This record gives sequence, structure tokens and C-alpha cells, in this order.
Amino acid sequence: MSEPDGATSVLVELRAVTKRYGSLIANNGVDLSLRAGEVHGILGENGAGKTTLMRILYGLTRPDQGQVLVDGESVTIRSPRDAIGAGIGMVAQHFSLVTPMTVAENLTLGRPQGLLIDLEAARAKVDEAADRFGIRVRADARVADLSVGEQQRVEILKALAGDCRVLILDEPTAVLVPQEVSGLFATLRRLTAAGLAVAFISHKLSEVLDVTQRVTVLRRGKVVGTVATADTDERQLATMMVGRPAAPAESAARSPGDTALRVTALDALGRQGLAALKGVSFSVAKGEILGIAGVSGNGQSELAEVLSGMRLPTAGSIEIDGRNIAGFNPRRMMAAGIGRIAEDRYAAVVPDLSVAYNLVLEHLDEFRRGALLDETRIRANADEMISRFGIVSGPDDPVRKLSGGNLQKVLLARVLSRNPKVLMVSQPTRGLDVGATEYVRGEIVAQAQRGAGIVLISEDLDELLALSDRLVVFYEGRVVGELAAAGADPEQLGLLMARGSAA
Amino acid sequence: MSIWRRRLWLAAGVLILTFLVTVPFLLMAGVNPFAAYARFLFVPLTSRFGLLEVGVASIPLLFTGAAVALAFRAGYWNIGAEGQLLLGAIAAAGIGARVDGLASPLALTLVLAGGALAGAVWALVPALLRVRYDIDEVVTTLLLNPVALLVVEGLLNGPWRDPVTRFPESPRIAASAEMPVLIPGSRLHLGFLIGLVIIAGLGFVISRTRAGLELKAVGLSPVAARFAGINVARTLVAAALISGAIAGLGGAGEVAGIQYRLTGGLSAGFGYTGIVVATLGALRMGGVALVALLLGDLTVGASSASRALGIPSQAGDIVAAAVLLVTVAMVAINRYGLRQNRTAP
Repeated sequence: MSEPDGATSVLVELRAVTKRYGSLIANNGVDLSLRAGEVHGILGENGAGKTTLMRILYGLTRPDQGQVLVDGESVTIRSPRDAIGAGIGMVAQHFSLVTPMTVAENLTLGRPQGLLIDLEAARAKVDEAADRFGIRVRADARVADLSVGEQQRVEILKALAGDCRVLILDEPTAVLVPQEVSGLFATLRRLTAAGLAVAFISHKLSEVLDVTQRVTVLRRGKVVGTVATADTDERQLATMMVGRPAAPAESAARSPGDTALRVTALDALGRQGLAALKGVSFSVAKGEILGIAGVSGNGQSELAEVLSGMRLPTAGSIEIDGRNIAGFNPRRMMAAGIGRIAEDRYAAVVPDLSVAYNLVLEHLDEFRRGALLDETRIRANADEMISRFGIVSGPDDPVRKLSGGNLQKVLLARVLSRNPKVLMVSQPTRGLDVGATEYVRGEIVAQAQRGAGIVLISEDLDELLALSDRLVVFYEGRVVGELAAAGADPEQLGLLMARGSAA
Repeated sequence: MSIWRRRLWLAAGVLILTFLVTVPFLLMAGVNPFAAYARFLFVPLTSRFGLLEVGVASIPLLFTGAAVALAFRAGYWNIGAEGQLLLGAIAAAGIGARVDGLASPLALTLVLAGGALAGAVWALVPALLRVRYDIDEVVTTLLLNPVALLVVEGLLNGPWRDPVTRFPESPRIAASAEMPVLIPGSRLHLGFLIGLVIIAGLGFVISRTRAGLELKAVGLSPVAARFAGINVARTLVAAALISGAIAGLGGAGEVAGIQYRLTGGLSAGFGYTGIVVATLGALRMGGVALVALLLGDLTVGASSASRALGIPSQAGDIVAAAVLLVTVAMVAINRYGLRQNRTAP
């Protein structure tokens, strides 16, 4: 699928780049070239290795193997300073602006220029950028007063300052509203017209098709292929991205019963105060596993937080046994029968407390004698859970010493020993090794067989397809599709996830 | 256990480094550093009078150290023990001067309860600002300290000024409101015992009760505590109020046990030293008691050294400050594994 590169126009090239994190291979022999005058889309599911690759290019991470070539010459990029020196700039997902300062002041930060700051030069840069690239921001505006889209423009200006010829944008549209997206795309076109290369990371097909000239698709750390945007379409890209036949479902033995959980017209705000859930409705039957599919950042985390009682919904209802529990705090959520396995395991345990204490932290009422802790029963409970769930640790070990798999077992033990009516699990096997993954999945299926209604939120499509009876697809905070997991068409699923519609 | 061996090494390192850091100052003061350290640390412990005075000097530090350690364990950074202690002292002086007719246990109880209550009230506003509006309690509790001192000076230069001598001192409290002395002929008063009992009680609460476990969980990981259904805001406010009450009790103890009235110099920075005590004591109640006694020893030793060797009594302060700085540095190195960054800039 790839085509010969015009050697003169290639600004930056990665050759056979490999990066391992422990047993995980984030990048596996990745080749990528960025040409002058192109927006190059880097497309892939979460965990496909897009961000790692860009971090390598920008010097935030060192590759284990492979070469980086700038203008055809092999270079070693040890730090962002090296990258900037080589003409590479990056706008990360999370901005690094000093918000009480003005735009011009932010642009002078971190630029070695002697003792005095030259705000006039910074203002001149802002004007120049407006002329050349159509990037319009007021140089004397306080960053805190700017919209997210404007702040992004300041970040782009920062990256362009110096002698930037290659601009990396890590999911730049994730934080933008649609009007700002079109403004960003106009800017990118002007930048490439001026001869820059832009690496555009995304997992939204429509955006990639809209703004790029070439697309490189990554899956599980490897390059699936590089295609010219003009020669491809959403279906091909979706298949490349998801790229597998549907896995056989393990769910045949279960027979879903009455409704266990019903969510109706749920609205909630996200971390930035923007709407993250917009009228989400679904229901889960007793004994059913409902998979929540979607590219990350489309409301799944917020759904998990709402169902955990950690985030208050702004509208809608959550019903268990016909009772609306929307707006309950974590304690009352648990009392209503929801068991919660959080996405961030370390935010669900107190790492410096012992395994025994963490196992009872959600139900201290039952492990006390008056005001005192009932140490005997806490100990007995820990011994029982450690043997029943095969946790490799002693009861008095601090949880921080546990491996990811053992930590997840502690959390499962804490929740499953209560026989919850509804089990909400978010990214249950992320980062776990094969053995722990199998164990955790087995426990989830066993809970369904016991009769719990299960909401399974996962970015691992294999996992969703293998465990779920039914899938709902989240896109931009809405449920955009619902399909049976058995025999789900990967192309249809990929389109729903990346575009919000399968048509 | 290797962790205890490690702590032992840490303690030895702290002592040696502190000694090295302070040697230049002692040499500048013209004394033999070894002789000075012998005075600071050992001489007070060699006489009955010295030992009792060490106890006396440690009393306010037992209270403020316990107060700060409790709040810190909950992740509530109460830097306001000084102000809370002063408010406790004001209440104790005010009540103590008005309980003339009452029997001793009742009068003293009223004085102490008033001191505790006043300290808690002084701690309440920062705690509420923190849990309601997420306003940093480090700033608010710290800034209330000079305010408390101004209240003290306002009272002493205004309504409570001695009408006869015109000294800025409040009227003497009733005899029935005075702390009984534990050992006749000394200044070691009941506050010493109360402080130790409070420390033992807090140690028990923190390690053995449900509230203590919730407090630790909130301090170590507020997100996880909230996830587990613990009421984080209520835990923080409770910790702040109890912390303020204990500091206030410390102030009341100084009034009822030592000064018998409110004076401008009632607190020699006991609230701030409490932070030192809590930090050096590793926020453990046993550690707090030990460090309070150690600093009491140092205080008595420094004043004896200044008399015997003719060096400024501030030398004791320098040693105490050096102990803190060295400890904090060693703990930080130990915890974060600081090592020199050898990669090119």
C-alpha cells in the first residue's frame, strides 16, 4: 500500500522503531516518513502506539531500536530541546500554558534570550503568524480568558516559534468544538502550503479523510499500512484499524432475565466542564453482559464515574429495582447494589494501607465493634479473599507492592464478595498479563452467570466481543448504535466507533 | 526488619549531619562544639531539676505536635496551631479570671474546655473554606496566626491591661483554675499528663478505630477514600477541629499551668515548633512524644549552656532548626531516591 517517497521532500523519517514497556510492545518496527507539505494522519485504536511514536519523535521517549532521520541524516533525539533544534514541534493533548499570563508572555517563556524578555518580538511573532498562517489570537489576552480552541492556537504558535518544519498534533480535535475543528483544519492547510509537515494523530475517520494527504494506520504497535487519502475511504480505514473477524462469543450459556439496570436520558459533564454524556439510555438484564464500545474520550469514563457515584449526572435517571439512584454518593450507590471496578485501579485503593484494610474499606460498617475496628474479622476476611481469589500477597502487605494483576484481584474480591446486583467494570484487564486477564474475564462471566447485570466498559474490542452479549457504541457522548456481539461485523463496528454512524 | 535498620541509619545520619552543620556556628560563638552539645543534650538530664524542667518545656510541644500530626495524617495541612493555641490561651485567661467562686476541678475543667473550644473555633473557618470552596488551608491557617496574635495584643493593650501597673497582662486567673503541680516543688503541672494521655488516646484512635482508618485513608488517598464511600469533607473538618482543640488546650495549659495570665510572650512559637515535632516524629504519636521531649531537653539545655558557657541561647534554636532541615532533607532523599542527574543538559 505504501508508495515510493520522493527523497527530496521527506523531512523526517522513522525507520524500524521499536519501543517496549516491560512485556508490552508499544511500537514494533515502525516505519514512517513525513513529507514537506503534507498533513500525515496517524490512525489507530487506543493503545495502538500512536502517542508513543510521536513521543519518540519529540524526544520525550527513547526508542529501544530504530533510527530517526532528519533531512536524510540519522540523528539522536534525546530531549524536546533536541527535537526543537531539529525543527520538530509538538502540541500535546494537555496544554502546558501558564494561564494567568498573556499570550505574548507565554511565547517568551522557555526561550533562551538573555536576561530581558522581549515582548515586542513576541507580539511581532503573533502578528506574523496571523499573516502567514491565519492563526489569530490577541497577543495581550490572558490565556485563562481564552477558549480551549484559542489556547490550542497559542500552543501551535509556541511549537512554531523557532525553526519548526515538522509539527506533531496529538489528538488536537479531542478538546475542540466543531467550529474550532474547521478553523484548525484551515490553519493546517496554510501550514502545509508553507512547506511544513504535520503529523496528525486521530482516531476519527472523517477528520483524517478531511484534512490529510496520507494516512498511516497502526494496530498493536505495528504499521498496518500507509495509504494516500485520495485512494481510500472510511470502510477501508475502519477495517485496517479494527482489522479482525469477530471473535466467537463465550456468552451462549447465559439466558438474560429481567432488567437489572436501566439508564435513561443521562446527561453529565466531563472534566473540562463540557457535556460528556448526552441523553445516554440503555438497559442491562440480569445475567447479561452489556459491552460499552467506543474510542476513548467519547463518554465512557464519565459513564463509569457516574455509575460509581464519583460524578453527579446533570439529568436523567439510573434505576435499579425500579428505584432511581442517580445523584447518589458512592456509599449509597454501593448500598443500592452496584459493584464498581474503576478504570484507574490506583485511585480505588489506598496504596499505603494493607491488603486487609483495602479489602474492607468499602464496608467498614460490617467490620467494627462499636467505634473499634474488628481486627479479627478483618484478618479472617483477608485470609478468605486471598485464598479464594488467589491473591499473591500477605494480608499486611501494603497494596502498593502488588502487581497490576494482584491489585485487580483485590478490587474484584472487595466488590464480588458482596454479590452486587449490578457490576460496572471499566477497563478490567488493561495492562494485565495473559494469566491475570483470563482470570479477571472468567470472574466477570461468572458474575453474569450468577445473575448480575454487567456493564463492561473496555477499549479492548477483542474483550468486548468475547465477553459481551450485546454492545452499545458510544460516540461523542451518545449511544450511536446497538448490536449483538455474536457475529458483529468489524467494519460496521469500526465505522460506528470512529464516525458515529455505520451508513 | 530492614525498614527498621534503614530508619536507624537515617536517625544516625540526621544526628551526625546536624552536628556537622551546626559546628561552624558554635565555633563562631567561641565554644567547643562537643562541650556545647553536652550542655544541650545531656546536662539537663543529669539533675532532678533539669529533668522536671525538660518535662515543663515539652508540655506545649506535646499538644501542638499532636495537633499538627493528627491534621497532617488526614492530609489537612494545619499550619495554624500557633493561632489556635493563642485563642485557647485567650479563652483560658478570660474564663480563669471569672471562676473565682467555683470549686477547683470544675473551674479548671471550664478553663480547659473553653481553651479547647476556642482553638476549634479558630480552626473551623479554614476547614470550611477548604471543603466548601477548595481554598488552600496552608494559606488560611497560616495567615490566621498573626491575626490571633493581634487579638492577644489588642486585649492586653485594651480591656485586659492591668489597671494598676499598666503592664500589658491580663488579670491573674483564680487559684481554683490553676493546674495542680504533679511533683511538689517543681513547675511540672497536670498538663504534662494530659498531653501524654491525649497522645496515647490519639494513637489508639488512629490505629484501632474505624474513624482512625478513615482518617488515614483520606490522608493517604482522598480519591480512593471517596470511591470507597468515606465522607472526605466530614473527615477533614473533624480532623481540623480536633487539631484546633488540642492546640487550644495547649494554650490553656500554658495559662493555667505556667503563666496564670495571658501575656504577649505566652507562646515561644509553640505552634510552629509543633510542625517540627510532628514532622520529626514522622506523624506517629509515639514519635511526637519523643521529639517533644527531645526539643524540651534542647530548650532547657540551650538556656543552661548560655548561662554556663556564655553563648547566646539562640544557639539552641539553631540546633533545633538544623535538626529539622537535616531530617526533612534526609527523609526526602530517602523517599524520592534523589540522585544526581548525570545526563547532558
